[in-house]
Amino acid sequence: MSAPEARPVPFRGGGFVRRPRRLVSLSALFGLVLAWQAASWSGLANPLFLPAPAMVAAALWELARSGALAQHLLASLGRVAGGWLIGTGLGLAAGLAVGIFATARAAGMPLVSALFPIPKIAVLPLFILWFGIGEPSKVATIAAGVFFPTVIAAAGGVDAVPRSLVRMGQSFGLPAWAIVWRIVVPGALPSVLAGFRITVAIAVILVVAAEMIGADTGLGAFVLMAGNLMRTDQLLAGVVVLSLVGLSAAGLVSLAERLLLRWR
Amino acid sequence: MELLVEGVSHAYGALPVLEGIDLAVRPGEILSLIGPSGSGKSTLLGIMGGLLRPYAGRVSTRGRPPAGCLNPLTYVFQDFALLPWRSVAGNVSLALDHHRLPAGERRERVADALARMGLADFAAAFPRQLSGGMRQRVGIARALVVRPAVLLLDEPLSALDAQTRDLLTEEFLAIWQRERTTAVHVTHNLGEALRLADRIAVLSRRPGRVREILPVDVPREERSAAARAGRIAELHAHLWALLRDEARAADLELAEPARGGR
Repeated sequence: MSAPEARPVPFRGGGFVRRPRRLVSLSALFGLVLAWQAASWSGLANPLFLPAPAMVAAALWELARSGALAQHLLASLGRVAGGWLIGTGLGLAAGLAVGIFATARAAGMPLVSALFPIPKIAVLPLFILWFGIGEPSKVATIAAGVFFPTVIAAAGGVDAVPRSLVRMGQSFGLPAWAIVWRIVVPGALPSVLAGFRITVAIAVILVVAAEMIGADTGLGAFVLMAGNLMRTDQLLAGVVVLSLVGLSAAGLVSLAERLLLRWR
Repeated sequence: MELLVEGVSHAYGALPVLEGIDLAVRPGEILSLIGPSGSGKSTLLGIMGGLLRPYAGRVSTRGRPPAGCLNPLTYVFQDFALLPWRSVAGNVSLALDHHRLPAGERRERVADALARMGLADFAAAFPRQLSGGMRQRVGIARALVVRPAVLLLDEPLSALDAQTRDLLTEEFLAIWQRERTTAVHVTHNLGEALRLADRIAVLSRRPGRVREILPVDVPREERSAAARAGRIAELHAHLWALLRDEARAADLELAEPARGGR
């Protein structure tokens, strides 16, 4: 009897693999800008409503030279930094308490759940009544927007710390503060930093909204003003700067992750 | 130091897991606890070290801890329980950081513990870079650094492959020979118990009771010798006979409700 013919096993794996394609990423960005510029050259886009990238760049250059850009940018950055730091500080304290103490969780989580979905910009008028039209009401709005996601991220991070590590700490007689500081806090850090990624974006959104409601400096006020004057080139220049602000903030968070989470 | 367990019973909610456990761990001996899964052996070890409060009975120690002992009852965990953000040396020194020690002594203790577990070259490595065997060496070094009076070993080798397990068993015994630290060793591996223990306490299935305490009457150095293989096989057969029916019955039980666990 002859042996049956050997048939090769067909290959069924492959695909579904992530590969970096840097060139594609870059050309997508440049392609968009080029298409936009081409649309303006060909007369497809009305420069009054959609100015060409070159015009936006020129407006940006003009703003940078006159010092207006620095003035508005610094005003916005100051509000973002102040509000984010306050919201993050309070949020971390509350989030750790909620994560660690059952009583704080029972009291805090319903409050957070109820207050988190409120668009914080809706309470800006209240903050203006409380703190006046100046800086504090804007900073408070940003702090409020940053606070709740930070609480949720920190409490979630504490929950994610394996119980076995806490037990290990107890088994070596670590005092409670050492368990919190050396085991719970570092264990919650990845979740906290993931929360930062969200809260820096929230802070940028809120500063623009707050400045559109009641300010004469800041990128939000500037963009609004440019719109009212039909200066779409300046308007888009402001939008580009806002995009860069958001990118830099996300970059700072990435840097913090690289430095603090080297162990991962 | 001696560790005494008197009339310990424990339950998770309505589920009794331990019933009337009496055990005396003698100074300088290794006592292995074996039993089918769900017999509460890890629960008992948790109670012995004060990590769990038994609902009845008490655990006490007798005798003085050795000089320089910082944590008399010290665990080695099955899942190693290393902090992933601390280096090997950092994980070992975690056990010392909250004690007031001169910086020199702290350094010396850590270096000594690392050297004894063959980790001197890995002091700066992070746990994720290490194999399972090396991770448990860190776990043992962390236990040695506090100069324990009683070592509580909670299935220390269960997460490791067979060869690593044998290697670590030999290393652990070599270290233990010098200090003769009292040790309680929980395992479900009969061979491991027969290699390490002076006495083996067999627990029944849930609720765990002490069924028998079996002295291993072969000196440790001779346990791998061919001449004594017969006696070791006899002991193994005896233990297996005790465990087999219990293990089968335990296997057929439904998994414990949520709060159960090992």
